[in-house]
Amino acid sequence: MILLRLFYEFFKAGLFAVGGGLATLPFLQEISQKTGWFTQQDLMDLIAISESTPGAIGVNAATYAGFHTYGLIGGAVATLGLIAPSVLIIILVSKVLEKFKESSLVQHIFYGLRPASTGLIAAAGFSVVLATLVHVTEFPKDPAGAFNWFGIVLAAALYAAIKKWNRHPVIYIAASAAVGIAAGYLHMFG
Amino acid sequence: MKKLWDMFLAFARIGGLTFGGGYAMLPMLQREVVEKHHWATEEELADYYAIGQCTPGVIAVNTATFIGYRQAGIIGGIFATLGVVFPSIVIITVIAAFLTNFAELKVIQYAFEGIRVCVCVLIFNAVQKLWKKSVIDQPTTAIFLLVFLVSAGLAVGQSFYPDLFTVSPIVYVVIAGAAGVVLHGGNGKKEV
Repeated sequence: MILLRLFYEFFKAGLFAVGGGLATLPFLQEISQKTGWFTQQDLMDLIAISESTPGAIGVNAATYAGFHTYGLIGGAVATLGLIAPSVLIIILVSKVLEKFKESSLVQHIFYGLRPASTGLIAAAGFSVVLATLVHVTEFPKDPAGAFNWFGIVLAAALYAAIKKWNRHPVIYIAASAAVGIAAGYLHMFG
Repeated sequence: MKKLWDMFLAFARIGGLTFGGGYAMLPMLQREVVEKHHWATEEELADYYAIGQCTPGVIAVNTATFIGYRQAGIIGGIFATLGVVFPSIVIITVIAAFLTNFAELKVIQYAFEGIRVCVCVLIFNAVQKLWKKSVIDQPTTAIFLLVFLVSAGLAVGQSFYPDLFTVSPIVYVVIAGAAGVVLHGGNGKKEV
């Protein structure tokens, strides 16, 4: 029964992929090699599509791979398989935390955890900034040409706008998409 | 029932409007969960992210389950989680079925030249908010700097040397938790 197998394979990916997003990728590669449900080329397409659609990359990947295997139902079953372990584990962790949330040990742990969590998010943001605004590997050869000047100007304008009007993030995303499309057709990218 | 439906819708908005996965979801979560619905505080959001990173699965799903469960028990966790994945299932299915060359369309590529820049700025702004609540004294500043410098340094290193080792988020989280106990537990209970 292919649907059960689909659920089982993605359940495993959801259970063992720690760290979110692209951590799912090695598991998808393994599924592809083992079952032949989708090809490596499908996986490459999937990454491109996941990165250019909203939503969590792991979830997008599961839906895409599941759809290629067994249509609409396949996509839904693969996605449910991927998220089932998370739901079970988080509910367990939540129950335990609730019980011990007054304990000073848990308080101390969270005191250390919060700045680390912020640091990890800041580092992930820093990588995104590097990938988008600076081509680091070109920097030693051509320092001025390594910067995405269009992006830097847009980023400065967006930051000023966010500080001035604290609106829903989607407004800034829509505006940036429009600016990107306009700049693209006006050949403003270097 | 209304609360469950509210949660489904709020998380569907979060899932449907987040570009770039996991970390890029933070600005949306701050807006919907902290500022609009008051389902969690900024500090709790930092806790959920820390736990979401060292438990298996997609961070967005882990965070949704956490908040949903805290608000309305197991059924709440399920509603919030289904909400966050629902837009992906619909959008990806449509693309997989009809628009296989979606990512190659010129207009989409151009739009993403802009959206990627916006995601950078949104994450920066979100980190600033989180920083104010989590980096509160010298020990927390030290923990933040250490995690940020090592993690960001390795990321830069990897763009030059792709084979450079990586450190799992679990390692940072475990060390930081232990540091919290040593640094905060040691100096008594005078401040929490």
